[in-house]
Amino acid sequence: MECTGAQILLESMKREGVDVLFGYPGGAVIDIYDELPRHPELRHVLVRHEQGAVHAADGYARASGKTGVCLVTSGPGATNTVTGIATAYSDSIPLVIFTGQVPTQLIGNDAFQEVDIVGITRPCTKHNFLVKDITKLALTIRQAFYLARSGRPGPVLVDLPKDVMQKRTEFVWPEDIYMRSYNPTYKPNLNQLRRSVEELAKAERPVILAGGGVIMSNAAEALTSLARKLQIPVTCTLMGLGGFPATDPLWLGMVGMHGTYAANLAINNCDVLMCVGARFDDRVTGRLAAFAPKARIVHIDIDPTSIRKNVEVQVPVVGDCRLALEGISEICDAKLENKDWAGEHAAWIAAVAEWKSSKPLCYQDNGNIKPQAVIEALYDITGGDAIIATEVGQHQMWVAQFYSFTKPRTLLTSGGLGTMGYGFPASVGAQFAFPDKKVIAVAGDGSLQMNIQELATVVSNKLPIKVIILNNRYLGMVRQWQELFYNNNYSSTNMEAQPDFVKLAEAYGAEGYRIEKAEDMRAVLEKALASPNPAFIDVVVEREENVYPIVPVGAALDEMLLV
Amino acid sequence: MQRHVLSVLVENEPGVLSRVAGLFSGRGFNIHSLNVAPSLEEGVSHMTITTDGDSLILEQIMKQLHKIVSVIKVVDFADIPAVAREMMFVKVQAEGPMRGEILRTVEIFRCKVVDVSPNEMTIEATGDQNKLDAIISLLHRFGIKELARTGAVAMRRSKKTD
Ligand SMILES: Cc1ncc(C[n+]2csc(CCOP(=O)(O)OP(=O)(O)O)c2C)c(N)n1
Repeated sequence: MECTGAQILLESMKREGVDVLFGYPGGAVIDIYDELPRHPELRHVLVRHEQGAVHAADGYARASGKTGVCLVTSGPGATNTVTGIATAYSDSIPLVIFTGQVPTQLIGNDAFQEVDIVGITRPCTKHNFLVKDITKLALTIRQAFYLARSGRPGPVLVDLPKDVMQKRTEFVWPEDIYMRSYNPTYKPNLNQLRRSVEELAKAERPVILAGGGVIMSNAAEALTSLARKLQIPVTCTLMGLGGFPATDPLWLGMVGMHGTYAANLAINNCDVLMCVGARFDDRVTGRLAAFAPKARIVHIDIDPTSIRKNVEVQVPVVGDCRLALEGISEICDAKLENKDWAGEHAAWIAAVAEWKSSKPLCYQDNGNIKPQAVIEALYDITGGDAIIATEVGQHQMWVAQFYSFTKPRTLLTSGGLGTMGYGFPASVGAQFAFPDKKVIAVAGDGSLQMNIQELATVVSNKLPIKVIILNNRYLGMVRQWQELFYNNNYSSTNMEAQPDFVKLAEAYGAEGYRIEKAEDMRAVLEKALASPNPAFIDVVVEREENVYPIVPVGAALDEMLLV
Repeated sequence: MQRHVLSVLVENEPGVLSRVAGLFSGRGFNIHSLNVAPSLEEGVSHMTITTDGDSLILEQIMKQLHKIVSVIKVVDFADIPAVAREMMFVKVQAEGPMRGEILRTVEIFRCKVVDVSPNEMTIEATGDQNKLDAIISLLHRFGIKELARTGAVAMRRSKKTD
């Protein structure tokens, strides 16, 4: 059957199982939009800014485990996606971004709305394509989806010239996909797994450090059961939260710059560190030379470049995290069936428990609304049964610290790039993935204003998303650094001039709540969260509250500042 | 720090050179020279990259190159026997009595004179990096006016049978 490029694109998306795409039209993609109404199985969500489209697709992907898709026009539409693409790239999120492009004969001529988006996004995509030949269109789309979700996932961009969308050709869907230059390793090497088990068996003070790879590879269950079987305390990076239940006695709390005392001390004192799906980011390690100084390190990662990039590793395991953890578990069952893990680790677990109870996360109550207390109340009210998206800043760290994540894919946050403006649009994507789940965005007053226009998307699609604004009228995290490390020089972090978020919500057709007194906090939160409508909940919190513990830049993990 | 010659097979697609070069610049790796040309197989290009770095850096370079979706194969010739050669043109000042001396130098190194004028001579030389460096240093005293070097191309040696 002869089809236009636009028809091939939409038909191919359908075959890839796409049910929703986030986008924004324009001249270069108008042929695709013209075709869209004839594909009712593809739900198109009109966002209000292309950055919002990518973040929404990203939130959809993180929450559901499927590939997120967006469609934008050429030039400014395409460049508006870059921050979202870089965000997804940093956190290894599977996305396919379709950008319109000027007709092929105009490429390179500085045509209207032309930009070399393939060139611009080369360093922040897993791969990207410019489709110049309509006969390669279906294959390219197939490859794009395959690349985005396989191996270490990531964003893949496909640039679509307008004339290619208009031309016609026979539609041939390539069922099989093979790229000789791309062969990710899923199955870990058995020998490396055996060596991992040897390390774990010898360990007296083992720790597991889990990252986003555990969530991405659906390894949370395998991780939890292995840690429990081997009685090994677990800490997670920000990206790993939800990969291990924060309610388990083996839970140490988050690691790193704003990690718990127990987690950071455990890393500092462990003799074997098994790192699963994390890349030893500087926010995790603190001063590298002083990171896990007594430990032999086992590192499991699907991406070989992550291994030995920052940290020397004794046992590298390249492969899928879930398969590796299951493999390790099987070897333990077969070879170490009668080992008394609990007995052998008893002293270590007691030491860890002592760190946990002597210096837990805490904050001082003084009658004002403490942001940490808001997050605790949020956990309490939802019972942990919600998808929480965050922006970036202090509020993000308080969510990571004070909300006990027990299930994977319930925290959506920009870990690698730290993108303000991520959380609110990401919550939109998550709500499309799970229309019946409670989706809550926790925002700072600064971050929310970076993509606040998406409230129109929320209202027009009747999404019951709630945004809790921890409003300190500061760019709080930067102010905290200025206070602690720059002599209280609050240069350009005061955000007192801000909109009335309640009225603003109402202006868009959503509900607005304001909480100004600590004694009202719980009741108003409950009421607002119970509403079936979208809402902003503006919580006026203690202005100069700080996130503790904090490991200053360049310090070792055990040189953290406590409250 | 050690000099390494890498052989990289890539899909011959638009942008592949910038993917490879961008990897080096973006991650702060050093490129000493980079050579690309079509290989025997249609649609596949062969790159020879000369770089330097300690063993950890080199390990990252190899892995990161391999991670580029268009890269088919990466080989480090530090680990296996290989031949590597570079070609260059040197244009030197060559007047009167100097001409004889230049020609003798060229002879010793088995280079070729490929262009002459009353006061200049252009020499073509092929060899490993050390040889080309030596030629340049010898020709310096005559006055080098222009120099064009290709950077190395390399190939694995055939297995010896005995
Ligand atoms: C797009 C972007 N710009 C700047 C920053 C730097 N930055 C990190 S945290 C922060 C302050 C965030 O303020 P707010 O959203 O009000 O949250 P708070 O820290 O007060 O909770 C800034 C400016 C960033 N992470 N992202």
